[in-house]
Amino acid sequence: MKRDPGLYDYLPYHRRPKIEWPGGARVAFWVAPNVEFYELEPPKNPSRAAWARPVPDVLNYSARDYGNRAGFWRMMEAMDRCGVRGSVSLNVAVCEHHPEIIAECKKRGWELYSHGTYNTRYLFNMSEEQERALIQDSIDTIRRASGQKLDGWLAPALTYTERTLDLVAEMGLTYICDLFHDDQPAPVKVRKGRLASIPYSLEMNDVIAYNINLVSPRHYAAIIKRQFDRLYAEGEESGTVMCIPLHPYLVGHPYRIQAFEEALAYITGNDKVWLATGREIARHFLDNYYDAFAKAAHPVRDF
Amino acid sequence: MRSRRQRIPFVISDDYLEYPRRRYGMDHERYAWSILPRREKVTWPGGARIALWVIPALEWFPLDMKGQPFKPPGALQTAYPDLRHYTLRDYGNRVGIFRVMKALERHGIRASAAVNAAVAARYPALLSELVSRNWEIIAHGLDMDHLHYEGMADEQALISKTLALLPKVRGWLSPAKSESHRTLDLLAEAGIEYVCDWVNDDMPFRMQILYSMPHSSDIDDYAILVNNHHDEDEYRDQLVDQFEFLYREAETQGGRIMAISLHPWVIGQPYRIGALEAALAHIMARRGVWPATGAEILDAWKAQRAAQGAASA
Repeated sequence: MKRDPGLYDYLPYHRRPKIEWPGGARVAFWVAPNVEFYELEPPKNPSRAAWARPVPDVLNYSARDYGNRAGFWRMMEAMDRCGVRGSVSLNVAVCEHHPEIIAECKKRGWELYSHGTYNTRYLFNMSEEQERALIQDSIDTIRRASGQKLDGWLAPALTYTERTLDLVAEMGLTYICDLFHDDQPAPVKVRKGRLASIPYSLEMNDVIAYNINLVSPRHYAAIIKRQFDRLYAEGEESGTVMCIPLHPYLVGHPYRIQAFEEALAYITGNDKVWLATGREIARHFLDNYYDAFAKAAHPVRDF
Repeated sequence: MRSRRQRIPFVISDDYLEYPRRRYGMDHERYAWSILPRREKVTWPGGARIALWVIPALEWFPLDMKGQPFKPPGALQTAYPDLRHYTLRDYGNRVGIFRVMKALERHGIRASAAVNAAVAARYPALLSELVSRNWEIIAHGLDMDHLHYEGMADEQALISKTLALLPKVRGWLSPAKSESHRTLDLLAEAGIEYVCDWVNDDMPFRMQILYSMPHSSDIDDYAILVNNHHDEDEYRDQLVDQFEFLYREAETQGGRIMAISLHPWVIGQPYRIGALEAALAHIMARRGVWPATGAEILDAWKAQRAAQGAASA
């Protein structure tokens, strides 16, 4: 095991090349709905149990299924009303289980990126060949279902091996959402290729807000607005990124969706906001700032 | 910086990457995949937009509880004898439920009480109060220390014993929404018509056997006030927000159900009951709200599904 993930050098927030977003925007804003499928009886991974309760965990399984049956559709309409495209963090098996959802994403020009195959199949302990097969499955499935090239990655249930990010870069992906160390994009040090880390945020994530921090729906809307206000102000000096990662099984409940939509409308009501997808932000960073950021960063020496 | 020392790895067998149930629809046979906003509209009696379904749970947590195979929400916590949690839960049966009754009666709302069979057996006076108000009784298992799970001893006998202690019921809510793979089959064999354990929908739906009713684990006093530590005003706001959204949605998508799950030991406290009363006053001030029991809502829904010729939800 390593003491340091070895994935990035040190680059202080206030001494960086200035990022300019298209149209003079201060904030690149993106919304990343996690469209997931959790299996009722998944096979066991020795490092993580799939369910809190013994199988069949009816309560937790059905709570997640709610997202696909009911929550997704309300979330989608709220985003439509605000003119926000989604960058879908997709368990790719949803392409087979619920093609109706994929059809709606395609119709809207939403990006599909990979969140693994199922949210109940973890990368922990996989061999390199197994991990490659799983990533290839995502590339092939997203291509087949949508015609899109797979560019983005968020590991299923945030499970990894030491080589996960090396492999996704090697296999042609351009960005990852797995690192939470910054409010701007950053180069990721991988074996081969150029890979960008795009800020995704656990703090703004509804699963953290609702399942871990146990906030109320109106408070969730309030923290989204506060987060935006600060990043918008700081973005005057150098462009920032704000992401709202969502889970339709949480945000799509009747008592939560209205407050969320109000927060979304608050953000899109500002003129210097770039309503982007993950892929677009990564492309802009890779083309214009990746090299300068890599050069400006300080290598970290272990002690 | 690659490590020199490798820990001994666990091995993942290659069948971890095989997906025999990767196919259209669900990964099991219990119910069919169905998209809520794409179903035929339902109209409630009197043209109501919202069926208001209130479900107080009457629970008994035995003093010697084992918590197998897991502790249910509200379980006793200290070393034996845990008098503090035992008695606070029992407060709901002695005091809290009567505050809830009063709050509901003000608006002519009849509830569906989810009753542990142990409560019916131990407190027949409480059972009479429910029956005399013409409330629906839903079976809520034997008690809060008899969960349903794979490998449990004689589930059929547990269900029989539970139902024998209760008046005739149509609905079932497992303690902690726990089920084994056989629970639905055994309940159907025992004459149960609907279950309240699945929280994947806002409307009733046909399962392979039985019907599912949308009993909420979100609009739930224990979840909001005890688990999430929100205050009483926030609890009221969340009920109102749930109602207002469903009320608007019903305008375009047909009748919806507002399900309010209650635990009288939580909401029946003097300082909390007012929050429920305020939410109910807000809801009942609207036109087009039909307060009903679970069985009544299911009957109205089934009659329309039959008229629409739908095989499943």
